[in-house]
Amino acid sequence: MTAFLALVRKDLQIFFGDTRAVIMAFAAPILIGSFFGYVFGGNQTKKDSTQMQVLFVDQEQGPVAKQLLAAMQQDANLLVSLSALEPAREAVRKGKAPVAVVIPAGFGDQAAQALFGSGPKPEITVLFDPSHQTEASMVRGILTGQVMQTVTKESFGNKATVRTARERLKDSTMEPARKAALTELFSSLDRYGDQPGAGSGGLSVPFQTKDEAMTARAGVAYNSYAHSFGGMAIQFMLFMGVDVGIGLLLLRQRGLWRRFRAAPLSKTVLLGSRAASAMLVGMMILTVVFTFARVVFGVKIEGSLLGFIGICAAFSLMTAAYGLLIAAIGRTPEAARGLATLATLLMVMMSGAWVPSFLFPSWMQGVTKAVPARWAMDGLDAMTWRGLGIEEALLPIAVLLGSAAVFGAIAVWRFRWEAD
Amino acid sequence: MLTAENLKKAYGSLRAVDGVSFRVGPGEVFGLLGPNGAGKTTTIGMLAGLVSPDSGEVRIAGHPITGDTSPQKQRLGVVPQELALFDELSAASNLSLFGALYGLSGAAAAKEQDRVLTLVGLADRARDKVGTFSGGMKRRLNLAAALMHDPQVILLDEPTVGVDTQSRNAIFDNLETLKAAGKTLLYTTHYMEEAERLCDHIAIMDHGKVIASDTVAGLLRHAPVSSFVLIDLVANQFANLIEAAALPGVVSATLSGRQLRLGVRSMDDLPELLRWLLGHGGEFEQVQTERPTLETVFLHLTGRSLRDT
Repeated sequence: MTAFLALVRKDLQIFFGDTRAVIMAFAAPILIGSFFGYVFGGNQTKKDSTQMQVLFVDQEQGPVAKQLLAAMQQDANLLVSLSALEPAREAVRKGKAPVAVVIPAGFGDQAAQALFGSGPKPEITVLFDPSHQTEASMVRGILTGQVMQTVTKESFGNKATVRTARERLKDSTMEPARKAALTELFSSLDRYGDQPGAGSGGLSVPFQTKDEAMTARAGVAYNSYAHSFGGMAIQFMLFMGVDVGIGLLLLRQRGLWRRFRAAPLSKTVLLGSRAASAMLVGMMILTVVFTFARVVFGVKIEGSLLGFIGICAAFSLMTAAYGLLIAAIGRTPEAARGLATLATLLMVMMSGAWVPSFLFPSWMQGVTKAVPARWAMDGLDAMTWRGLGIEEALLPIAVLLGSAAVFGAIAVWRFRWEAD
Repeated sequence: MLTAENLKKAYGSLRAVDGVSFRVGPGEVFGLLGPNGAGKTTTIGMLAGLVSPDSGEVRIAGHPITGDTSPQKQRLGVVPQELALFDELSAASNLSLFGALYGLSGAAAAKEQDRVLTLVGLADRARDKVGTFSGGMKRRLNLAAALMHDPQVILLDEPTVGVDTQSRNAIFDNLETLKAAGKTLLYTTHYMEEAERLCDHIAIMDHGKVIASDTVAGLLRHAPVSSFVLIDLVANQFANLIEAAALPGVVSATLSGRQLRLGVRSMDDLPELLRWLLGHGGEFEQVQTERPTLETVFLHLTGRSLRDT
């Protein structure tokens, strides 16, 4: 036991004495996790600071455009500001604004005519940055609703507009029956315009949507930091596992393996102590990273705490076994480092640590289930923002422990025990 | 105390060690002398339980080493050829770790740590990181690390490689202290001067085999000459080298610049040789004699130089 503890203590002393290793293991996942968390939406319980900037070009200079501008400025998703056409084009081209809408001259009148089919439809130009097509579609949707409401309000409540439309209808070549029906409609609108309060409404889209994010429970918003911190912790723990393997190979190269093997120590003590120290460091990484995420970004274990701890412990063990596997398969530190780095990056990528796995093609989603880190990622998501119970942690824990057993068994089988 | 019997180890078609046997008693220094690749390190590996012999047996105090956790390993200290230390840790932490590998902890470990650091002259550097040490200091600490558990048998694999004269002498002093304390030392080297100075008994190895084994004096008797005569000639040219080599009592003759080197069977022949030289254009300024070394013996036995191979 003295030797086992001394070997573990030695590993920890060396790890924490190496500034580069500590930064890579603790600071890097926090920094990159913070970045990805912010990019993917941050903590949405806070006031949304991601309003979309929209430039509004008013070439009509009439009441409809002004009402449209006011209505869009009321939309919580948009940050609308007035602009002239050329500056708006330039801003979108340079990526300073994702979308600009251009309301053409005469839009109000033309829209009213078009509404009743008695004139051509006016054209609103939407200028958009090609890298922001999603935002452009969103603005189009909002704009459609707002235009509908503003134009119908202006058409139904403004007697002058109705009168003009009726005058134009007289000169129209429209078939008589349809013309008569429209004339009757205009008469009704004329009378409607005489009523108190007329013109305050207008037609609107006859439904509204209620968005509900399926998080831990009602009222708990999605916190993308939960996923990004879990992902980055997984990534850097796996890299720590690579260092464990390389470290063992370096022991051999530096003659230290001869000293260790000359001592009356079992293989279990020699490899087990390395696995234990790696597991301890892994647990520390997860603890520090999630504590930071909790304090700074409000990431909570919404699900089972026991399940969370179980997944962390199982993944730490798997990482340690992964390190031993690298040491067993690698011939030299130099050769092992390149291959292990590539394998680790592939594993991280397929785990969904960088981008959630549901964005993968369906065939790849199936393939990635063979990657242990994917189970760690899904398990951490389940225990944090999804708020699931311990029963959802059992399968990931079992897969991770199974992977650790397989990696460990191969490592013991293939390890070169003899000193060079 | 340490017995090797007919040790054999092959790597593929290469017979790294081929039937090596010897015994070393308490208070003895046994040298394995041979060029790089002779099989010395593999032999040490088998003695230390690091490499499984294909056949043969190692016994310590009459008991074979069996398995990873053999209690006999407790009696062994190994000084690897490499500087097998953690540069990132202090000297004290290194020693504490290597002591712990043999079950030492607490006050006992601290006491041993002080003892071995004092022995190798590094007591004042205990808290310093090994990475800050000179090569010679690391070599001394490399030795100290093997002594923490006070082993009876110490296996030293080229323990002075790459060190300056001062550190080498310090290590020799340490080894002589250990010898005086009754420890059994097995020492591999390809420096014949070290072997001659330290070892009571030397086995010369080549191509995995022991080609000669004896005391230093006994091995020197294998040398084909009793002395070398070094003659500094007056002239730059000496035309009669072949005739000189063929003289009775002369085993070898070489000319390097103005220095003629004659290997002779007996110093009794020296006056006659010098007279012959004076009569054959070999006027000289100075004559010195040199005794043969283990290098001479190795050259005689293998036809190759220790350092050239």
